[in-house]
Amino acid sequence: MKYLCFGYYDKAKFDGMTESERNAMFDTCFEYDDQLRANGNWAGGEALQPAETALTLYWKNGKVATTDGPYAETKEQLGGLLILEARDMNHAVQLMSQHPAMRYGNIFEIRPAGDMTDIEQASKKRRRQKTTR
Amino acid sequence: MPTPVPEQLSQAVETLYRAESGRVLATLVRLLGDLDLAEEAMHEAFAAALVSWPQTGIPEKPRPWLISTARFKAIDRIRRRARVDLTQQDHALSLEAQINETPFDDEAIEDDRLRLIFTCCHPAVPPEGQVALTLREICGLTTEEIASAFLVTPATLAQRIVRAKALIRDKKIPYQVPDSQELSVRLAAVLQVVYLIFNEGYPTETQGAALSREAIRLGRLLHELLQEPEVKGLLGLMLLQESRRAARASPDGDLILLEQQDRSLWNTEQIAEGISLTESALLSRRFGAYTLQAAIAAVHAESPSAAATDWRQIALLYDRLLRIQPSPVVELNRAVAIAMFEGPEQGLRLIDDLLAREHLSRYQHAHSARADLCRRLGRIPEARASYEMALALARQEPDRRFLTRRLEELK
Repeated sequence: MKYLCFGYYDKAKFDGMTESERNAMFDTCFEYDDQLRANGNWAGGEALQPAETALTLYWKNGKVATTDGPYAETKEQLGGLLILEARDMNHAVQLMSQHPAMRYGNIFEIRPAGDMTDIEQASKKRRRQKTTR
Repeated sequence: MPTPVPEQLSQAVETLYRAESGRVLATLVRLLGDLDLAEEAMHEAFAAALVSWPQTGIPEKPRPWLISTARFKAIDRIRRRARVDLTQQDHALSLEAQINETPFDDEAIEDDRLRLIFTCCHPAVPPEGQVALTLREICGLTTEEIASAFLVTPATLAQRIVRAKALIRDKKIPYQVPDSQELSVRLAAVLQVVYLIFNEGYPTETQGAALSREAIRLGRLLHELLQEPEVKGLLGLMLLQESRRAARASPDGDLILLEQQDRSLWNTEQIAEGISLTESALLSRRFGAYTLQAAIAAVHAESPSAAATDWRQIALLYDRLLRIQPSPVVELNRAVAIAMFEGPEQGLRLIDDLLAREHLSRYQHAHSARADLCRRLGRIPEARASYEMALALARQEPDRRFLTRRLEELK
C-alpha cells in the first residue's frame, strides 16, 4: 500500500544553518532515501522550492483566478513529498521515524493513498455508455 | 532498476508472509532484543527475498533464510546508526558476536512466539493496546485490517500501536514467558485479550467472523505451547460458541435466541472438539472460569432442544462459577437457568432480588430476562415495561430489532 508523507520544515531554522550543517543533513537524508529504494519502500518523491515560489489557482466568477504563494500559509512550510510503499500504516510510521530529517526537527504528515480504482471503473463505464448512446 | 518480480513469486512471498511473519518476527525479537528493529529487519528480509528469489528460486526452508537474512540486515542497520550515534556501537558489536551462535530450531521458534504474546499482553500496556499489538505482531494483521474490525480510523489504531511499543521499550518489558510464580496471573491477562478479540467478533457477521477466527487461532497456538487447563477451557468455550454462528442470526441479520435456534445448523465438528477440550480441562481439577463457561456451553451443545436441556446441571455449573468469579451477570444467568426447571416465578423472584441488590439496572439483559419471565407468567403490562427498559439500554442494532419485535408481539 502507498503512503504519502508530507515533510514540513521551519524555513527560518533552515536558513540559519551553516553550509556544513546543511550538507551533513542532506547526506544522511539522501543516504536514507537510498536505503528506502534498496528495500523497495521508495515509491517516489520530490523536494519543493520555497513556498513563495508557489502559484495557487482557484475558480472565481466563472474563470480561473490566481494568487501567488501557497494555498495554506503556515509557520512550517511544506518542503517535500515522499511516497512510501509500506505494508501498513505502522510500517510507514516506522520507516519515517527512522528518517534522519526527523532529527533536524522536520515534521511528517503520513496519509494513506486513496484507492480510486472502483470510482474510476464506475466512471469509465458511465463514459462508455454515453458514447455508445 | 530492479527486475520486475514475477506475479507468481510475489504471490508466494505474500502467502509466506501471512503464514510465517509471526514466527520470524518473534524469533528476531529474541535475537535482536528490540521489537522495532526486529520488524524493520523482517521487512528488509522479505524485500531481499523478492530480489534474490527470482534468480535462486525459493529456498527449501524459507524461514531460516528469512531469519538469518534479517539478522544481517539488522546488523547493517545498527552499524549505520552507530556512525551517527556512538551509544549504538556496543549494540552492533554484541549482535555481530552473536551471529555465529546456534541460531534456532522449530521448538525454539514456537517458544519465541509464546514470549512475544506475553510481551504484547503485558499489564503495563493498556488493554486496547494489548489487543492491537497481539493482532498485529502475533496474527500478522495490518493496521488497516485491525482498524476496520474495531471501527476506528487507521490513524487512531496506528497510534495505539506506536504507544504500546513505546511503553514496552521505555519500561524495558522483557521478552520472556513469566516464571511459574507469576504465570497464572499473566496467563489470565493473555486469555482475557484472546477472549476480548473473540467477543469483539461475536455480534457482527463480516469483519467479526474474521476476529473470532483469529482468536481461535491464538487459542490453538497457546494450547500447543502451554499445558494449562484454562487454555483448554478457553479454546473449548470459543469453539462451542463459534459452533452456533450460523444459527444465531436470521438471513436478515435478526438475532435468534438459543431456545429458537435451528440446532441442525450448529457445527458438529467444532462442538466435538470443544467438548473434548472442556472434558480434559475439567479432569485436571485445576480449571477456572473459562472451563466452567465452556462446560455450560457444552451442556447446551449436547441437548437436542431447549426443552430437553439439563437446566439443573447448568444451574449447578453457574453455582460453581459464582464461587470463583462472583458477578451479578453470572447470578442473572443462574436465575434464568433455575426458571427453566423450577418455573418462572422462582426465576423472577431471584431476578427482582438481584435488581434490588446489585447495580444491574443499567444492564439490558437483566431487563429483557425479567420481561421474558413476566411474559411467560402472563403478566403482560410488566413484561412490556421491562422490554421497554431493555430497549432503551440496547446499543446493538440486532438487539434493538429483537426487543422491538417482542414488544409488538405483546400488543
